Amino acid sequence: MRRACFKFSWVAAALLVPQLLIIFVFFYWPSAQALYWAFTLEQPWGGGNTWVGLDNFRAILTDPYYWGSVRVSVIYALATTALAMGMALTLAVFVDRQLAGYRTWRVAIIWPYAVAAPAVGLAFQFVFNPGAGIFSFINAVAPGWWDLSRNAWQAVVAIIVAGAWKQVAYSFVFFLAALQSIPRSLIEAAAMDGARPLRRMFDLQMPLLTPTVFFLLVINITDSFTDSFGIVDTLTGGGPYRATDLMVYRIYSEGFKGMNYSGAAAQSVILMLLVMALTFVQFRYVERRVHYT
Amino acid sequence: MAEISIRQVGKTYGKTTIMQGVDLEIHDGEFVVILGPSGCGKSTLLRLIAGLEEITAGEIAIAGEVVNNLEPRERGCAMVFQNYALYPHMTVSDNIGYALKVAGVPKAERMARIEATARSVGLVEFLDRKPGQLSGGQRQRVAMARAIIREPKVFLFDEPLSNLDAKLRVQMRHEIRRIHNAVGATSVFVTHDQNEGMTLADRLVIMNKGTIEQIGTPEEIYEHPASLYVAGFVGSPAMNILPGTVASSGLSVLLGDGQAVDIRSSFKARPGQLVQIGLRPEKLSITTKAHGLLAAKFQFFEELGSARIYHLEIEDIPVGVVSDLKLALTAGEEVGLAFPPSALHVFDGPSGRSLARAEAAGESRGTDASTTGLSMHGRLL
Ligand SMILES: Nc1ncnc2c1ncn2[C@@H]1O[C@H](COP(=O)(O)OP(=O)(O)O)[C@@H](O)[C@H]1O
Ligand SMILES: [Mg+2]
Repeated sequence: MRRACFKFSWVAAALLVPQLLIIFVFFYWPSAQALYWAFTLEQPWGGGNTWVGLDNFRAILTDPYYWGSVRVSVIYALATTALAMGMALTLAVFVDRQLAGYRTWRVAIIWPYAVAAPAVGLAFQFVFNPGAGIFSFINAVAPGWWDLSRNAWQAVVAIIVAGAWKQVAYSFVFFLAALQSIPRSLIEAAAMDGARPLRRMFDLQMPLLTPTVFFLLVINITDSFTDSFGIVDTLTGGGPYRATDLMVYRIYSEGFKGMNYSGAAAQSVILMLLVMALTFVQFRYVERRVHYT
Repeated sequence: MAEISIRQVGKTYGKTTIMQGVDLEIHDGEFVVILGPSGCGKSTLLRLIAGLEEITAGEIAIAGEVVNNLEPRERGCAMVFQNYALYPHMTVSDNIGYALKVAGVPKAERMARIEATARSVGLVEFLDRKPGQLSGGQRQRVAMARAIIREPKVFLFDEPLSNLDAKLRVQMRHEIRRIHNAVGATSVFVTHDQNEGMTLADRLVIMNKGTIEQIGTPEEIYEHPASLYVAGFVGSPAMNILPGTVASSGLSVLLGDGQAVDIRSSFKARPGQLVQIGLRPEKLSITTKAHGLLAAKFQFFEELGSARIYHLEIEDIPVGVVSDLKLALTAGEEVGLAFPPSALHVFDGPSGRSLARAEAAGESRGTDASTTGLSMHGRLL
């Protein structure tokens, strides 16, 4: 890639400072602080700490509850990503083919992205609530069958659906843009070559979408590891019996409810490393299968 | 046999009509070029034939079968697009063989046909490359190969050469004609380049704002343009046009500066009619003022090597003359222009329609465009 080089200028520096300051104050500083806490034992009510080396990590990694949290986080990440991207792609294909009423849909589909995670969780409370939600009709048929607060798998499904619903919008926008940037004449050429719509989708649109699929995969997986707190907190509170105790949620409950700052800090360092490793692996191995044209 | 019949075809987008009343019979194995300026509806007409756009009026039949409601794949046409439309993620080989793959041709046969087709357009060394690694000319060949391999009944070309440089364009033009002669399929070729049209076509179709202006062989169109529009579009340098009025005798045309041009031998015109006289630069010759039929002032000339284009003026109206004589003239010099009576074209002023030639009046060109033109003259005369 060619780069333009500019001479150092005070104006440029002045324009950059606010942004750099924000990044420093809200990202690097807290990150450094967490990193420091992860290696110390912090007093719950403040006042002094002791260096404990890797003790915090050892404690976490030998805790079976922690591994349960990792397991459900991975399931949640894979399931929300698959569900969100699958839905987004299907909707984008429909909108791209300009099926009836696509203008209305397009707006309707983009909205959820503008909704904050806790609001999504609250909205889904209305859907999934066993007593008063939309799903309560199940309990009218089979009394007591549907209850998020008692059935672990139902709670997991509920946060996955809510998380996917929130992510659909973002993926949809990218899929739609990618589909629309495929030149019309390519599709027409394939039509002249005898390919029907479904065949064209598999032979042309899907391969040409791979850069977008890859990008969204990275974003969605990262997002579902790091941005699930609001949904879990409002929908299940981590329960029942820690079934939806996602890594992010566990950091919060350990740190602020259990007052175990050091343990929470160590967990957040692990989560950060995990997300970085995942992103690295995706770039390293998945990207090889991507066609950039 | 794949003749194409286009009958009273029209195309409307929403409320805007961009094409109407197009009638065209294309014979089996014919090479027809649709020629017209940008935006006149050439591509639209081609896409209507291909089935990429829906026909909103009239009907199109290919090989005797009305195709209005058929999908592109059912029409037996292959198309070469202006931007080539190659599949960017497939190799050249996969691009060329895609139609066969879709049709379920077994791999061995497919590879053999890809190889043979690639050989015929000189692409064998590039079969494993992606389109992004090819030059413009090579991409063009891939697009051609992709069309040829299907052995279609009809070839459709939408300005396939417009993205190439001048030299390559001439070369590919010859290639396309060679392939046409070898394959014998019916070809419809769209272009805005009159050179391409004149050299490639068995028959030319001149379009103007969504209607057909004239249909004929390149020679007919050049010699007998049905209108000022056609006359101005075909021929290079463009035809010289001089406005005038028919004299009260009806036998000559008076130009703005009072010069008279004799039209007695060939045209029937109404006294006082506003007309435009057309003279092709190639048909004019420069003589002395005394020997000329028209007087003009020499301005300058352009050297082409094989000939010169002399630029003259008749009362501020530029007039070009192409001649291989090397004349020594000075700017502002008064000269005479000579031409045979057959070189003279007279067009009705307001409508731009060609006036009926006395000896050519009965000649039928078999098109609606020219018949409406003729009947209009009948009314005017
Ligand atoms: N999808 C469309 N909607 C509305 N108008 C169109 C559309 N496609 C083409 N046109 C109009 O139709 C006219 C003819 O277009 P086209 O056939 O592409 O011209 P050409 O190929 O001769 O340059 C143009 O004026 C263009 O603006
Ligand atoms: Mg065009």
